Amino acid sequence: MNPVLKLLIEDGRLTTAQVAQIAGLSEAEVTAHLEQLKKDKILLGWRPVLDLSREGAAAVRAVIEVKITPERGGGFNRLAERISRFEEVESCFLMSGAYDLLILATGSSLQKVASFVSEKLAPIEGVVSTSTHFMLRSYKEGGFPLDLPAESTGRLKVAP
Amino acid sequence: MDTRRHIARHVVDLPKSGIRDFFEIVAKMKDVISLGIGEPDFDTPWHIREAAIYALEKGKTHYTSNLGLFELRREISKYVERHYGPAYRPEDEVIVTVGVSEGLDLALRALLNPGDKVLYHEPCYVSYHPGVILSHGVPIPVTTRAADGFSLNVEDIARAWEPGCKVLMINLPCNPTGGTCDRARLEAIARFAIEKDLIVLTDEIYSELVYDTPHFSISALPGMKERTIFLHGFSKAFAMTGFRIGYACGPAELIEAMMKVHQYSMLCAPIVAQEAAIEALARGEDAMKAMRDNYRRRRDLIVRRLNGAGLACSTPNGAFYAFPSIAATGQTEREFAYGLLEAEKVAVVPGTAFGPSGRGYVRASFATGYEQLAEACNRIDRYVQRQGARTGT
Repeated sequence: MNPVLKLLIEDGRLTTAQVAQIAGLSEAEVTAHLEQLKKDKILLGWRPVLDLSREGAAAVRAVIEVKITPERGGGFNRLAERISRFEEVESCFLMSGAYDLLILATGSSLQKVASFVSEKLAPIEGVVSTSTHFMLRSYKEGGFPLDLPAESTGRLKVAP
Repeated sequence: MDTRRHIARHVVDLPKSGIRDFFEIVAKMKDVISLGIGEPDFDTPWHIREAAIYALEKGKTHYTSNLGLFELRREISKYVERHYGPAYRPEDEVIVTVGVSEGLDLALRALLNPGDKVLYHEPCYVSYHPGVILSHGVPIPVTTRAADGFSLNVEDIARAWEPGCKVLMINLPCNPTGGTCDRARLEAIARFAIEKDLIVLTDEIYSELVYDTPHFSISALPGMKERTIFLHGFSKAFAMTGFRIGYACGPAELIEAMMKVHQYSMLCAPIVAQEAAIEALARGEDAMKAMRDNYRRRRDLIVRRLNGAGLACSTPNGAFYAFPSIAATGQTEREFAYGLLEAEKVAVVPGTAFGPSGRGYVRASFATGYEQLAEACNRIDRYVQRQGARTGT
């Protein structure tokens, strides 16, 4: 695997300079690797992992289970791609099991998410049914536990 | 009252650990980046910790068999056969110990009569020399060298050998040097051990953390299983140092002898740690491999930077320590370590903490996150350049 990609997976917070130092590359080489990863659509973008509830600015989030009718030739793809384009849709997955698409949706208020479901999503031709679950509380975001005390670092400073 | 006169002579004569006084100084300083720590920086993987919690919830708070939980011994037996070769019977050829430290102590106490001699290679883990003394044995060090990647040579062992040698104690990969031995070297050492009728204690605590060539255990060589005590544990591979859990495998008679000492001193290893160890063996290998990959990259970083700074450092094939020579600075290892700590707040351990043959070296652990490690390397570089400017080199 590309050494830069490996480090991104391990610790996405490293700066270009740090990645260069660890991987033994020049910064220009790291930048070139990153550009290539973007070109190959492996690196899609960067975003911070935030707990906005502490700012009183948390978005309303919902998980929506959607049943859709597959189409001849395209299966689920055309509809899934169409649904994915809505800005309320954070992530969209094709699932095995009782429903077809799992959508993670966000909005600034409950109303907005609800109207997205009732006015945009449900009426789409091919959407058979939707089932919306609003999230009440988050315990872990993007790999970061939210309310746990910081982990140990209780190591002795020198040990044999 | 002078209580000191009541203390056993061999204990009074034991030198204080070279790490101890250094630790006292570092402990009082703030904002130190420590490369002086001989344990993983990773916390124990969560599923292993969770298994320990579950064990407590289930009321696993009692003694176990002296040898350890049978299920754990069975898993150890399978793990050792799969990764190292020899098949040990869980019934009577495996004993669970409180870390490899206890395993070594048990083996030495079970084997040595007063005055029996023990060969071991040096620089080595801090407790080897005292461990032999405390068992009333006579330590016979065999020096390993940087030019040889701190590997172990049968010629050096043969030169150090003298009548009365009973045990050969090896630790590969080695703390503090990271040195390892390939199969050919081990074969020569095994032939020597058979010829001189030595019992081999092989401490393979770092054997999962080997980077360039695969690990090979001396216990797997023909004729060796019957004269080898294989010592291993969970501390390094599974980041479980605080659980204090290890094991020894060997011929039933030797394990039985070790068990006698264990039964009358330790009784058994803590049950919660044993339960956690079962989980580590069952499902811990992926986390272990991820940690190993991480260590490998950190190793490459620190070795490159130390050599770049002018401190000659061979690439350790195992463990998580770089062991550079500080000769270029014109300082002794203690002057270097104390100077670096004072000027740049980076802690490394003077090589002489690991025996006199560590003179001129320091141990720098790379069990530290990338950012800290890279910053420590910058500081070491700066410190060395200043020393160079001072000595005019």
